[in-house]
Amino acid sequence: MESVILISQVLMGLALVLAFVRVVRGPSLPDRVVALELFASIVVGLVGLYAIATGVSSFLDAAIVIALMGFLAAIGFARFLERGGPRDD
Amino acid sequence: MIEFIKGALILSGALFMLLAALGILRLPDLLTRMHATTKAAALGVILIMLSVALHFAEVAVVARAFAIIVFVVMTAPVAAHVIGRAGYFVGSKLWSGTVKDELRPNYDPLTHELKSGLETEANAKRRPRETDPP
Repeated sequence: MESVILISQVLMGLALVLAFVRVVRGPSLPDRVVALELFASIVVGLVGLYAIATGVSSFLDAAIVIALMGFLAAIGFARFLERGGPRDD
Repeated sequence: MIEFIKGALILSGALFMLLAALGILRLPDLLTRMHATTKAAALGVILIMLSVALHFAEVAVVARAFAIIVFVVMTAPVAAHVIGRAGYFVGSKLWSGTVKDELRPNYDPLTHELKSGLETEANAKRRPRETDPP
């Protein structure tokens, strides 16, 4: 079980790195917003995995909050884009 | 047996997340990237939360894990729709190999109005609104 968790953490860390590459390179702001949303999803998965590894179920509350934050950030960025705020991408 | 199922769920969830990240890195434009990330990442979160529910097997933890699943299933399509809409409106480029863009001939980017193709002279005329400046 420990090795499965370790392998999964490595895979998800790699996924975080790839998403971060897109955040840095992304040609426009919507690309970066999509990458940040993927970031939030991966972090939710990592927190769930950490809850399994340590046996502390309270980490799931943090996962709920992170999922909520990612969703609200996506909505906020989308409204900002549609209203046509100042952009520098 | 439970251990085996848990391990399989965790590994497949991590693999789906890696797949989503690969998609967002490799695919050519905004809409294809969103097609990769929204579904695969949501499925990864769902699988990992299922394994959390199996691991703890208490009512409170299972309820929280299912709350996260329901939340992700409800919010991922909404967020994807909103970002895709905003990305189209601000004019993000489509991939050069795109075959069809059905919004382009029917959608007016200035007024945000969409034609249905069934307009006649009578109903295509814009009715003045109360909020219009005189």
